[in-house]
Amino acid sequence: MARALITDTQNTWCPGCGNFSLQHTLKNILAVRAKEGLSLDNVVLVTGIGCHAKIADYLNINSFYAIHGRTLPVATGIKLANPDLTVICCAGDGDAYAEGLDHLIFAAKRNIDLTMIVHNNRVYGLTVGQYTPTSPLGFKGKSTPTGSAEYPFNPIELMLASGATYVARGYTKKMDLLQQLIQRGIAHKGFAFIDVLQICATFFNMTDYYNPRVYELSGHDAADLEAACKKSREWDYNRDAPIALGVFYERSFPTFDAKNPRYPLSLDERRQRIRELIEARR
Amino acid sequence: MKDVSVIVGGKAGDGINNAGLIVAHLFNHLGYFVYMDIDYPSLIRGGHNFAVVRAAEKPVTALKKTLDYLIALDQETIRQHYDACRNCVLISNADTVKPPQDSQVISLKSILAAETAPAITGNSAMIGAFTKAAGIPFETVEEVFRKHMPKAVDQNIRVARTAYDQIRLVRVVEQLAHPPRAVLSGNEAIGLGMADGGVSAYIAYPMTPASSLLHFLAENAERLGVTVVHPENEIAVILMANGFSSAGIRTAIGTSGGGFCLMTEGLSLTGMAELPLVLVISQRTGPSTGLPTYTGQADLRFVLHAGQGEFPRFVVAPSDANEAYVWSAAAVRVAWKYQIPAFILADKTLSEGSYSFGLADNEEIAMDEPARWDRQTPYSRYRDTRDGISPLAFYSEKDAVIKVNSYAHDEAGITTEEAELVALMARKRLHKGDLLAEELDRYSVVNTRGTPDASTALLCWGSCRGPCEEVASDLGLKVVQPLVLAPFPKKQIATACRGVDHLIAVEGNATAQLSSLAAQHGIAAGSTILKFDGRPFTVDELLAKVKEAAA
Repeated sequence: MARALITDTQNTWCPGCGNFSLQHTLKNILAVRAKEGLSLDNVVLVTGIGCHAKIADYLNINSFYAIHGRTLPVATGIKLANPDLTVICCAGDGDAYAEGLDHLIFAAKRNIDLTMIVHNNRVYGLTVGQYTPTSPLGFKGKSTPTGSAEYPFNPIELMLASGATYVARGYTKKMDLLQQLIQRGIAHKGFAFIDVLQICATFFNMTDYYNPRVYELSGHDAADLEAACKKSREWDYNRDAPIALGVFYERSFPTFDAKNPRYPLSLDERRQRIRELIEARR
Repeated sequence: MKDVSVIVGGKAGDGINNAGLIVAHLFNHLGYFVYMDIDYPSLIRGGHNFAVVRAAEKPVTALKKTLDYLIALDQETIRQHYDACRNCVLISNADTVKPPQDSQVISLKSILAAETAPAITGNSAMIGAFTKAAGIPFETVEEVFRKHMPKAVDQNIRVARTAYDQIRLVRVVEQLAHPPRAVLSGNEAIGLGMADGGVSAYIAYPMTPASSLLHFLAENAERLGVTVVHPENEIAVILMANGFSSAGIRTAIGTSGGGFCLMTEGLSLTGMAELPLVLVISQRTGPSTGLPTYTGQADLRFVLHAGQGEFPRFVVAPSDANEAYVWSAAAVRVAWKYQIPAFILADKTLSEGSYSFGLADNEEIAMDEPARWDRQTPYSRYRDTRDGISPLAFYSEKDAVIKVNSYAHDEAGITTEEAELVALMARKRLHKGDLLAEELDRYSVVNTRGTPDASTALLCWGSCRGPCEEVASDLGLKVVQPLVLAPFPKKQIATACRGVDHLIAVEGNATAQLSSLAAQHGIAAGSTILKFDGRPFTVDELLAKVKEAAA
């Protein structure tokens, strides 16, 4: 019997929220998996804390609803514990780029085989409207009423510099492309990073800004790191420029989980070895 | 009682720790129980390091002030320890030490030059000289070197022999009949005990004095079947461990107080999400960076209360390598049976001290295997069973949707804000703590030693037990040592204190943390003896203070 992919939990996202697009996209991807005969029992979703994270309650699959900023270490532990699992992280921009920035850089550096989807709405929604690391300079939020004094991060550039082996950008209003990018990220062996420009209908609705500026990458060589870096700088999340969507970079590289084997041992065998080790200390 | 104390001292980089261990093994091979403490400042080269080895007919886990043998590789050793060497046998390196009149000397420079041996073998020459002065047969030296010298054994033996032949015998160490016992550091015993309890992943960021546990397990990872990971910081450590245990792997982490500060948000998640986890916290002198390489017992209250919200936890404080092994294995079983954080609370003295160790002396703390999902009803990660313990299933288990959650949640693991449900689930979690307290009461979790009917007793925990026990034996007192500190074994402590009219708390902190905890449970200490200078109590020092307090 096919399982229902959405739980009966009441959905509390605002009308028009970009999270609906991401949930729908992930649901489609899970449905495709199931249709292909791949078990959904092997999928684990790890989320942070924030509006995005409610997806853990809504998708009817294994999940670890973690704490703010800490999706990646939890997901890394799960993947190392059982490399056969498909581990998907959903994190907010506060999660990934503020509270958990160190983990993001290290996950890329290690090339742990999992998929990191950043719901980048460039505002703190659940705490009702403050600037985030990707809000544009001068963002007027509740903690910066006269405008933020910081330039935003460029997460694409940051991930390329950190060694991520799959770097892509999607947009919640381009759902077909978004589904392709996430599917390709899941299929990628290694750390797959997808920054998703997402609308916050209540606190930072950028639809009218994004729609005329976004375009799909074509003729770009995703195997060329130099080209990817150059392309990543076209739009810096601050000044006005065309916004490329698609895969900036992808390469195949040994993964952290493959380099950190587990050594399953029966308890009897293990006890025998402990006794030998103690014996050698006489 | 045959009871010998030896100090070997030199500069950091001289290999003093290894030299101390070889001396400990010499006594071990002469049939003695041994204990070694290593004292070193927080630096890589230079400074003054010394190892104190105590060997006796009976088990000892404390140091005495007066020495029987002093082995000085540098002048600082003489400056710091000559006072304790009033009636002792002294061996100095003539090249670096201005020897006192009563010292025999060897010249490391000329011995090593004759053998074209590297500087690090200087230790072996000093040990060779010491063994001759102590009348230890050279066959024993050779046997110990062959067994415990990591490399260049033949060269080290030749160097030792040259020095041996240059020294005259002064005071003979008597041989005992017992065959050698295993010698383990506290951290090694913790590592092996955890492996025995089934731990197959260890995650840590380096921090003294827990680092040697990380090194030991990393070196023996494949042999013991333990995956060892060293992530970016302690926040990642505990969250990664949470990931491991949610996937069904028995996991432990280790750090000291400062690292544990960073782990507290993860600890609270562990409690809320009901994830089994073993935490090794090895205390050093605080607050803050404090004294990185010295000891302390000031983090008991911190460990008992760390993390927002209320959730049950298990805290055990072993006092030597034997207890460390048994209770580390037990901590793993407790964590998994009850799905709670289980702490092994150590300190620098225990972690880095070396002890005679015997598996046979140890009683195993057996526990039921964790409850598993019966596949009869749809899986609910937080099913509220009669005992509050929800059956486990792990990711990839067929047809189980496993929802782990840091938010207040319902039985299925879905977030809830409903008042009644929130209270119900809080009670469910806390109920496990009550059950654990009941189960632990079936084991001896409070050690009572010394004179059973004494009216004065010493109340102590962790590594303070060693000096307390010796002082109690000298003065005819009783020692009460709670091993488990959470859930607090009120009943067993009260029983142990029956007939005691003067309870003296002895602790390695400035605020008498165990004493105040006991007082909260109606067990009041009449006086306290506290030490918070980073050093362990010596037997002599504690004896004087207890006499004063008991007078």
